[in-house]
Amino acid sequence: MPINVFIIIRKSQGSRVVVSARSFADLTPQASFDIKRCDLHRLDEGPSVQTVLTREDGLRYYRTMQTVRRMELKADQLYKQKIIRGFCHLYDGQEACAVGIEAGINPTDHLITAYRVHGYTYTRGVSVKEILAELTGRKGGIAKGKGGSMHMYAKNFYGGNGIVGAQVPLGAGVALACQYQAKNEVCVTLYGDGAANQGQIFEAFNMAALWKLPCIFICENNKYGMGTSVERASASTDYYKRGDYIPGLRVDGMDVLSVREATRFAADYCRYGKGPILMELQTYRYHGHSMSDPGVSYRTRDEIQEVRGKSDPITMLKDRMISNNMASLEEIKDIDAEIRKEIEEAAQFATSDPEPPLEDLCNHIFFNDTPFEVRGTSPWVKLKSIS
Amino acid sequence: MAYLRSILRSGKNGVPAVLRREFHRTLPAAMQVTVRDAIKEAMDEELERDERVFLLGEEVALFEGAYKVTRGLWKKYGDKRIIDTPIAEIGFTGIAVGAAMAGLRPVVEYMSFNFSMQSVDHIINSAAKTYYMSGGLQPVSIVFRGPNGAAPGVAAQHAQCFAAWYGHVPGLKVVSPWSAEDAKGLLKSAIRDDNPVVFLENEIMYSVPFEMSEESQSKDFLIPIGKAKIERKGNHVTLVSHSHVVSRCMDAAAVLAKDGIECEVINLRTIRPMDMEAIETSVMKTKHLITVEGGWPQFGVGGEILARIMEGPGFGYLNAPAVRVTGVDIPMPYAKLLEENTLPQIKDIVFSVKKMLNV
Repeated sequence: MPINVFIIIRKSQGSRVVVSARSFADLTPQASFDIKRCDLHRLDEGPSVQTVLTREDGLRYYRTMQTVRRMELKADQLYKQKIIRGFCHLYDGQEACAVGIEAGINPTDHLITAYRVHGYTYTRGVSVKEILAELTGRKGGIAKGKGGSMHMYAKNFYGGNGIVGAQVPLGAGVALACQYQAKNEVCVTLYGDGAANQGQIFEAFNMAALWKLPCIFICENNKYGMGTSVERASASTDYYKRGDYIPGLRVDGMDVLSVREATRFAADYCRYGKGPILMELQTYRYHGHSMSDPGVSYRTRDEIQEVRGKSDPITMLKDRMISNNMASLEEIKDIDAEIRKEIEEAAQFATSDPEPPLEDLCNHIFFNDTPFEVRGTSPWVKLKSIS
Repeated sequence: MAYLRSILRSGKNGVPAVLRREFHRTLPAAMQVTVRDAIKEAMDEELERDERVFLLGEEVALFEGAYKVTRGLWKKYGDKRIIDTPIAEIGFTGIAVGAAMAGLRPVVEYMSFNFSMQSVDHIINSAAKTYYMSGGLQPVSIVFRGPNGAAPGVAAQHAQCFAAWYGHVPGLKVVSPWSAEDAKGLLKSAIRDDNPVVFLENEIMYSVPFEMSEESQSKDFLIPIGKAKIERKGNHVTLVSHSHVVSRCMDAAAVLAKDGIECEVINLRTIRPMDMEAIETSVMKTKHLITVEGGWPQFGVGGEILARIMEGPGFGYLNAPAVRVTGVDIPMPYAKLLEENTLPQIKDIVFSVKKMLNV
């Protein structure tokens, strides 16, 4: 039986606060949703066009996407305050990709991506605190402040790679290790529409197909490689077909459920020896390529607004859940408030934690090695390196 | 000190041809082993010792190696451990580095280090820098090996020496063996090292036999990376060299000995980290230093050694400015006469020593 309890609190100044406590017995535990059919390449069947979402999963995806969104916006703020320096490539708009992919694989699977990496670093298990502190170059950062925006790592997560396209053969190599070690793990290897024209990607495709490596190649097509639209960069913009002999599917990357379903499908395909598969996620980034790019010289503000208005991944999920009675507005507001608090605390840490000490300058050159001397800026300056 | 005979250079007879090696046969006290076989032995022993070690490269499996270095390994270990790759250097190097990141221990063969230029981004940006950039989270245990530098008649695009290029990079270890013992002990150390190691072999040395001590035939025989070896003691001048050029230094030393000039020949063995202590100790004794290399002079290995001698304690002991003997600063020509005159010959080393000593 639904219980609605209204509590009226009379505050000293005379204002009134109404709190509604509502039992969750009210809400739908799960619902089935239609998702867009995927375009297929060399596949007879694709992912299901219907998927079941539980309330629990839905709230988790919402929370994760919103955390990534707020974290990226905080990074934007810190960058403009010059507390973050150098490169900063933000992921807001693309959250459904990172969250949907993580939902479709196991924590024991592997993932590697390029430089637009903060979202994946979070979904792969690193805290917002450690991510922001890495961006601000502090010793509490995940890479001790020595890597920066593009070089964050975690278990089964290989960064964070600054050289466009390089992560693709690396990911195929991780997949080789998965096959070698025979634990039925897969590697998700991400690249963008800009990277899709790199030669080494095709070399990786060839070897992955030849050796049937358990590699899910995923092209996050956000329509622009830096300032160059896909039409101006690629002779073929059907990125899901460009694996040629590798089967492919094109997925709505703004819908976290579509991404999840497609990832599950892809993981099933390549986990047990069928070889690699390619996914193209059609997505969009609100920010420019990086913080040095306002992002409006090669696309219109109208276009950006339209995507925000019609296809925002977080809004889409929220609307779905609310209109299907799977979550209440209050609940969502609470989650938002919690996230805001988490981000604020993380930013507080990231701006107050000290920079790595100078003694750390030459450390971490070699792993598992005896300490050795490193030449400083002049022959009289001798520094020390410890593993 | 190991007694060296090299058939091909001195032309002396009396030394038996290289004995055919079989795996795991008990070996007599000292044996003649070619550098090629020593390299293969090292890989065989390490493949056997650690499941995570595997080889990949062009023609390493079925063809038994472009220079037959990996002969027999594929038959013994199979497809999983010895992998033939397509001709895709940047692709397979990236794949190897990725496999290393995920915990395997690949040994990548380049048919020539000249082809490694295609892969250099992965060697440096994906391998060398990663442990540092990750603040110690992500080690990369990998070996890149293959023939480096000059080989007879291969001309400009196939004869460049990459010791200085790779030696430039922090995060890499760079090894350049000369003898069979060097090759075996250093390659085993390289494979067991948890960091990226560039292992520069040389085609000229592959067929040269060396005596391998009993100790060096053990499966746990390791030569530490970063330690040079004094191949010949002397008091008058220090010759520092690496790879095939060590042979020429030894020959030049024999020629000079007839005139009463005793050279101390140092075989660097490792380019990075370089054993400056060995060089300095020698220079303090001989007071004269000549570096000898096959690579180009500008920004080369010799240039680095001279700079460090200037900056270190050795400088005060020098009786003459230290000098570099190097390859000529040109792309490698094809015609035999031109090719011969592009690398330091024995007579060039002898000439330089005499010039320095003013005799």
